[in-house]
Amino acid sequence: MSQFILHKENTRGHANHGWLNAHHSFSFANYYNPERMHFGVLRVLNDDLIDGGMGFGAHPHDNMEIITIPLAGAIAHKDSMGNSAVIKNGEIQVMSAGTGVSHSEFNANADEQLNLLQIWLFPNKKNVTPRYDQQTLDVAASHNNFQQILSPNADDAGVWIHQDAWFSLGNFDEGFETEYKIKKAGNGVYAFVINGEVTINGQVLGKRDALGIWDTDSISFKANTAGAEVLLMDVPMELN
Amino acid sequence: MQTTILYIGRDTEITTVMSRLLNARPEWKGICVCTDDEAIAICNEQHLDLVLLGNGIDAECEKALRAKLTGIRPGLKIIQHYGGGSGLLYGEIMTALNH
Repeated sequence: MSQFILHKENTRGHANHGWLNAHHSFSFANYYNPERMHFGVLRVLNDDLIDGGMGFGAHPHDNMEIITIPLAGAIAHKDSMGNSAVIKNGEIQVMSAGTGVSHSEFNANADEQLNLLQIWLFPNKKNVTPRYDQQTLDVAASHNNFQQILSPNADDAGVWIHQDAWFSLGNFDEGFETEYKIKKAGNGVYAFVINGEVTINGQVLGKRDALGIWDTDSISFKANTAGAEVLLMDVPMELN
Repeated sequence: MQTTILYIGRDTEITTVMSRLLNARPEWKGICVCTDDEAIAICNEQHLDLVLLGNGIDAECEKALRAKLTGIRPGLKIIQHYGGGSGLLYGEIMTALNH
């Protein structure tokens, strides 16, 4: 029997720092909710709005798989591995923090707001050598299709990470229905609605709502509005 | 009364940041070290409420460290700190102290 947890948009943690307007799906920084600590190995899902030219100065990370998906605008990234890049909407960035890495993240545009999703997963291996990658997503392939954008395998579609996790992104026409098969036994799916309204396993979800589902091998999906956009995060439910 | 938290991690930059983060809260006293010998010495010298294991501690060292620290102070809470910064710190500490 499948189990689920519903996280409505307005139940997320919220922190408005002026230049940064952040919504936290799980406990993060000063937002602490014991009921919202993680979904399996998915520990952080931050929905950040960052003012033009503003951002996070150099700061360290370790032992975390960090995925950044710009939804609008572009982010300028620099890190201690020597990477310097701009990641824009339609691209994905991944960083394995491993033994330790320092990086900065700024809105690359002075006059445009940046909206990004930052997602942190516990790694399946501690103290790995830090690594960085970014890719351009095939936006056309995600029309009426859950297009894989992340996996555990370097030779598979999308970026790869040190975790048995698969992310898929899709944008859908009104009325489009499909089924998503969970990639690995023991994994669950955290479905986050970026835009529009959808129905997943009978639950109606609006913009920025999320549904976590586990103890099942597939989920049913229907787009209720045109342009519905959903990110599926297929992750181990047990912490490694 | 302050909660005394010992952080052990191999990366000096992260250790410096952790010291700043932990000691920024008046209710916490953070002691941050890079070596197991320093950690054991501190554990011998003073009361600790919580130990955070940071980056770069391999499985063998972690096992030995846990055994030594809990040998000195039975029941001492020892948890893994993930992320190396402020994002998860408060939640990790509150969860550990409340359980």
